[in-house]
Amino acid sequence: MEISKISSSVKRWFRTKEENETNTSKKNESVGNRVFFAIVRKEFADYLTSWRIIILLAIILLTCFGSLYTAVTTIKDAIEGSNDAEEIAKQSYLFLKLFTVSDGTLPSFVTFVGFLGPLLGIALGFDAINSERNRGTLSRLLSQPIPRDYVINGKFVAALLLNLVLFYALGLIFMALGILIIGIPPTFEEFFRILFFLLLIIVYIAFWLNLGILFSVVFRQAATSALSSIAIWLFFSVFYSMIIELISKPILSSSSITSVEQLINRQEFVLNLMRLSPNYLFSESTTTLLSPTVRSLGVLTVEQTTGAVAGPLPFGQSLLLIWPQITGLIAVTMICFTIAYILFMRQEIRAH
Amino acid sequence: MPRPIIELDKVTKKYDDQYAVDHLTLSIKKGEIFGLLGPNGAGKTTTILMLLGLSEPTSGRVRVDGIDSTRNPIEVKKEVGYLPDDLGFYQHMTGFENLMYTAALNGIPERIAKERAKDLLEKVNLLDVADKKTGKYSRGMRQRLGLADVLMKDPKVIILDEPTLGIDPEGVREFLQLIRRLNVEEHITVLLSSHHLHQVQQICDRVGIFVNGKLLAEGTTESLSKQLFLQDTYHIHVSASPLSEELVQKLEAIPNVNKVEIDQHSMNLYCKEDVSATISKVIVESGASLYGIRKKNYGLDEIYHRYFEGREADGNQ
Repeated sequence: MEISKISSSVKRWFRTKEENETNTSKKNESVGNRVFFAIVRKEFADYLTSWRIIILLAIILLTCFGSLYTAVTTIKDAIEGSNDAEEIAKQSYLFLKLFTVSDGTLPSFVTFVGFLGPLLGIALGFDAINSERNRGTLSRLLSQPIPRDYVINGKFVAALLLNLVLFYALGLIFMALGILIIGIPPTFEEFFRILFFLLLIIVYIAFWLNLGILFSVVFRQAATSALSSIAIWLFFSVFYSMIIELISKPILSSSSITSVEQLINRQEFVLNLMRLSPNYLFSESTTTLLSPTVRSLGVLTVEQTTGAVAGPLPFGQSLLLIWPQITGLIAVTMICFTIAYILFMRQEIRAH
Repeated sequence: MPRPIIELDKVTKKYDDQYAVDHLTLSIKKGEIFGLLGPNGAGKTTTILMLLGLSEPTSGRVRVDGIDSTRNPIEVKKEVGYLPDDLGFYQHMTGFENLMYTAALNGIPERIAKERAKDLLEKVNLLDVADKKTGKYSRGMRQRLGLADVLMKDPKVIILDEPTLGIDPEGVREFLQLIRRLNVEEHITVLLSSHHLHQVQQICDRVGIFVNGKLLAEGTTESLSKQLFLQDTYHIHVSASPLSEELVQKLEAIPNVNKVEIDQHSMNLYCKEDVSATISKVIVESGASLYGIRKKNYGLDEIYHRYFEGREADGNQ
């Protein structure tokens, strides 16, 4: 009797204890989330009030509306010539052309974003950690009861959120204005292609953002980290293609090639070298997404193309075509962030 | 005896081959103001960072309020407020906003945080500039805001790293009074690191002298002087005339007087015990007129200075 009473009371005691523990751990988790979002909120507000970002945002907005204007006028001119505008629009994916077409006076939306996006990413990231260190706020921040990674994660999430809001807002406004001015609605496929294209932009900018964050952990001076990030950006956007061209000349010279297979192999090799650059990956993916007529990103022989119907690819197939590119971009982004994360977690807090 | 709130047990921190902190054992009682005194680069900040779990000790154990700082730094940081020496605030935010951000990081609900922030700003005398951007604050104001910031989480212990660096004397006085008041009114334990001896002396209950990663001596300022000046603990200054040979001999014969130095109309006596009463009696009985007798206590300054003098001499031997 006695024993069973005791054992049941002990059991009850254990159960309540367990319940209590799960309760407190849940409670801790929700407090932790709240704290994390407090950091994200503050960083987001900081971005929105910093002149550097405001100026960049203004430039991006201006250029985008400029490119929208030239695209719209070009498309309008083309449509006016024909009678059945809507039919033509559907067949030639006219709506997507809003993002890619220009009349030569101003570059297209894609070009602008490919150029300014990395700058925005770098501007968001290059002083993430070292400015806190130099202002003496890092040691104060880390003496609060928060896990250390909240700081770097919070900054990353806030910057990503800003990009997400900015580019989806921009893309949707673009579409809305396009519909209003041209008067042709996008098809569902076009709509999804555009949404995916916007996502791609965000991934691409996230890469540069993480590169900036990485340098902000490595370099103590904000100027050093800004300059190094910009140097890498310049290297990939200007010099890398030149270097590859230089290398590819002897490789692709006709005198050394004996068979078709060799030619294809060498072409593929050069192409793969180009693909080491995130800029190239981005431009390949955007062209595939926004021009459904692109059917392949590699070299095709005449044998392979004979018998193929020269029509546009469906959305799923386009996506499949650029899947490796997208995974590659996400992978470099993650690698940058992981290195930054590990370095930050191991770094000494003292500035001197 | 209650458990000490801060316990360091043979804590060692090595950078490459150098000891920043060398087998430090120290305990601080609840409600105490402890001064960690030492020259620059002695390992004070390293010790503090280990207390907060921001730096990992190479060996040894650090406990704050019974919690292991190395294993459970977040729990420790809930109890401990830390005011770093290179203190900074977000300059584009107001003082009030900075405090509110700290509160958010501590998971304090907004309503309570607002009240507490106002309370603390009033306490540190910054209420009238609460809505000014901290970029416009003076160094002294920033330091006081730092104190308010540290108190936002309602800590049991506050650790102040060189808190008086770069503030004007009036500011220092105010700041130290503030700390004293907090200690008395709210029973907060204070650990204070500094190389300013006078300031430490003014408010600390206990002092530890910390050089090259080692705690050389600890205790109240009086016991420190006893530890460091085994012989000449008391220094008595006497002005009397005439100072005859005979009188000096008589004075030297008093037990516990080690040395008598004559300087025109006055004398300096170095003694082991407080014998000023005997000295005045001897002088009066010998027929000389006594103008003044003053007991000089050793300040930390002298302790510090004498101590290092001694060390250098040891090094030269």
